[in-house]
Amino acid sequence: MPSADTATAPARPPARVRLEVAGLEVRIGAAGPDVVSDVSFSVRAGEVLGLVGESGSGKTTLALALLGHARPGLTISSGHVFLDGADLLALSAGDLRAARGAKISYVPQDPSSALNPTLRVGAQLREALQVHPGVVADPTSRVAEVMREASLDPSPELLRRYPHQLSGGQQQRIALAMAFACRPSLIVLDEPTTGLDVSTQRHVLDTVRSLCRSYGVAAVYVSHDLAVVSGLASAVAVMYAGRIIELGPTLRLFREPLHPYTRGLIGAVPSPDHAEQLTGIGGQQPRPGRRGAGCSFAARCGFAVDDCRTRAPEPVLVDHRTVRCLRASEISGEQAGRPALAPALMADAPAPVLSVRDVSARYGQTPVLADVRLDVPGESCVAVVGESGSGKTTLARCIAGLHSNWTGEITFQGTPLARGARQREKELLKRVQYIFQNPYTSLNPRKTVGQIVAQQLEQFQPLEFRERSARVAAVLADVSLGEDFMSRYPDQLSGGERQRVAIARALVVQPDLLICDEVTSSLDVSVQAIIVELLRRIQRERQLAMIFITHNLALVRSIAQSAVVLRAGAVAESGPVERILTRPADPYTARLIEDVPKLAGPGVSGG
Amino acid sequence: MAVDTPATSRPARPGAPGLRRHQWMAVLRAAVRTPRGAAGLALASLVLLIAIIGPAVAPHPPDALLTTEFAKPSGQFPLGSDFLGRDVLSRVLNGGWILLIMAVAATVIGVAAGATAGMSAAYLRGRSDGLIMRGVDVLLAFPQIVFALLLLSMIGPKLWLIVIAVGVSHAPQVARVLRSATLDVSERDFVKVAELQGMSPAKILGKEILPNLISPIMVEAGLRLTYSIILISGLAFLGFGQPPPAPNWGYMINENQIGLPSNPWAVVVPAALIALLTIGTNTFTDAIARVAIGVERRPEEAALVTDLGPETAE
Repeated sequence: MPSADTATAPARPPARVRLEVAGLEVRIGAAGPDVVSDVSFSVRAGEVLGLVGESGSGKTTLALALLGHARPGLTISSGHVFLDGADLLALSAGDLRAARGAKISYVPQDPSSALNPTLRVGAQLREALQVHPGVVADPTSRVAEVMREASLDPSPELLRRYPHQLSGGQQQRIALAMAFACRPSLIVLDEPTTGLDVSTQRHVLDTVRSLCRSYGVAAVYVSHDLAVVSGLASAVAVMYAGRIIELGPTLRLFREPLHPYTRGLIGAVPSPDHAEQLTGIGGQQPRPGRRGAGCSFAARCGFAVDDCRTRAPEPVLVDHRTVRCLRASEISGEQAGRPALAPALMADAPAPVLSVRDVSARYGQTPVLADVRLDVPGESCVAVVGESGSGKTTLARCIAGLHSNWTGEITFQGTPLARGARQREKELLKRVQYIFQNPYTSLNPRKTVGQIVAQQLEQFQPLEFRERSARVAAVLADVSLGEDFMSRYPDQLSGGERQRVAIARALVVQPDLLICDEVTSSLDVSVQAIIVELLRRIQRERQLAMIFITHNLALVRSIAQSAVVLRAGAVAESGPVERILTRPADPYTARLIEDVPKLAGPGVSGG
Repeated sequence: MAVDTPATSRPARPGAPGLRRHQWMAVLRAAVRTPRGAAGLALASLVLLIAIIGPAVAPHPPDALLTTEFAKPSGQFPLGSDFLGRDVLSRVLNGGWILLIMAVAATVIGVAAGATAGMSAAYLRGRSDGLIMRGVDVLLAFPQIVFALLLLSMIGPKLWLIVIAVGVSHAPQVARVLRSATLDVSERDFVKVAELQGMSPAKILGKEILPNLISPIMVEAGLRLTYSIILISGLAFLGFGQPPPAPNWGYMINENQIGLPSNPWAVVVPAALIALLTIGTNTFTDAIARVAIGVERRPEEAALVTDLGPETAE
């Protein structure tokens, strides 16, 4: 239990400080705008510091700067990175190269591209040791040792494999073993579990935690996922617009966040234990060079006063934490809870709008779905949950008509659906709308938002120009996009705005069934909360039937009334969300729920 | 922090939508601003100018026999005379425009046919893809000039046939390039959205996919224009062009080669003009290609851009 670990930590004598960062700054070019600025923190031996932030906050830039590296176009313009007392940034290029891998190591996000596909994993592990002669006397025995530590079987068979012959979890373990091979003092992990399933993620996190503790390694764990960090790190630094805006012990920070941004982030994280309304953060993070004079969060902050817009906050120590907020001490008492959601009562077995019977699908010769049954009652939302490869997206594509190689029967409002979209009538296509996972590819970059939404009407409902424009404007307003968005192109929009346009496009023809395929998985957590709340409101208001596909079990409670759990293409179990999450009938579901990372603090609403 | 705060609007860059609607104009404009593009355009325009206003400013009729054969340059005939004693300058000024029209027409035919074939093959997949691309492979098996000569020897040296022959010989290469570009675009979800809207394949190709292929099509067009000029003047050199008394840069090289020792200008000037024109168009195309890569950034650059914001990374 992570909370027990952090609670007992102060009882032990404090370990030696391994990593000390002071005034670190990274700029674009030599004197351009800063990407990361005024970053200072320290990490003790055996401790993990969680570095959290949303995309564009500069967390990866900072992680690389800890290794003395800046991506092309960027320069580390000032500051110090002391590792065991010696400043890494003062080293010569050659000394720095010798230190990398031996004293500091790096675990990248995507192990499948970090490992060399043409080298056997054994050879890669040995290579990591051989480039630092003198560190290890006997590479072969060290390879076996680190393999065991990373919970891998050090058998010759495994060592002879190529990376593509390993699973994603095994690949990430190899990357971890490589990083720990030379017994470094500092290890920087850049979102190493992002592409992994929850169960694999949990095992990898356990490995990281135990390795850091047994070898007294200081670790910096970069992640956008607050729940993952809360279970692993003893201290957390929250980054926003290139600065650390709050830094403190994990438990305290998650239980009683001080900075308004931290509060917003935590309010946006869905919890698998409570049905709560999620609160997102409107607006966007300012880009480098546009961060203005005052507090860079002021424009999005509910607590902001005039002073915040003109005076940049210096870090202050409040309640064992460093916070960059002018009003930190004033607002520390006001803790906003999340309104709990009344469990949606389902009408007594409403007639299903859509029913899927014994659907089996294949890609070429590979079976993907086997005898799937699913009912979507009118005016309610069904979540389809499963790990990657469980066939959840294939199921959605069969229903929409994007995948036509299936057998079985899908009935929509009493009419059996043809296999592919080409064979379906226009009226049917109009009534079933599909929202894609990635809003970066689902909008044509050569069309304006207005054209994109209007095209949907042109195809389904020929209207005269004025009526059409009025409908487009109305639907955009419904997803909280102003009329000035009509003439914008997709590349002028943020990810959340793009997904709103995709939702507006689906809604403009007033469908009866909305299929949402992982619509929030490419978005930041604060934006995810806004999109989920938007979908929930629209589903209620328009009394839509909805299929919400997700790998994120925690989200299910916030949006759906019933759920279907898919495992390897078959239904593991289905039923009301409350029942499945509290009393799972299938051991697979139970394990999935168990493995979902949860925030360290108890329910933020205080319940 | 309210749930439904409208997303903060960022002011659009002024003039951006107009440029976006006419992406090819934006690319051309950016290409001209590079030194490479400016040099290429200057070279090509110089030759273009000679070819276009040439007929109006020529001092003599191009087919009048005025002096002795292969006369050296003089005040009256600045570039001397050719093998029949005609004024070389007047023939040079008159001999370019038809070559240019033919090259442009052949390019249009080749790019249009090739793009249609390549895009359809990539989007329709399956049997259509196999059929179209095997046809392309068969055409590719012939060297371009041999293919053109084959057609001309079968039907006869007609100008329209030369244009079609050159155009058709370009189509397979264009088809290959556009096929791979289309494969990438048709994987994107907005194409699937259009399919779910019940749009016909032809409309999807024209309205959803084509606007995303402007840059590769521009680069192909520039490249094929260069090759068209070379091929058509090459065919003219071999005698496939306008019938003899008419002036033609390609054929001038052929008919005057025996007179090289006495009046080299009759060969050198038309040859140099063809060379300058092809170098010019090729250099300009190269500039377009470089600009187009900048527009559709490489993945590693794009990653940096998403991290830092597009305005600052420019």
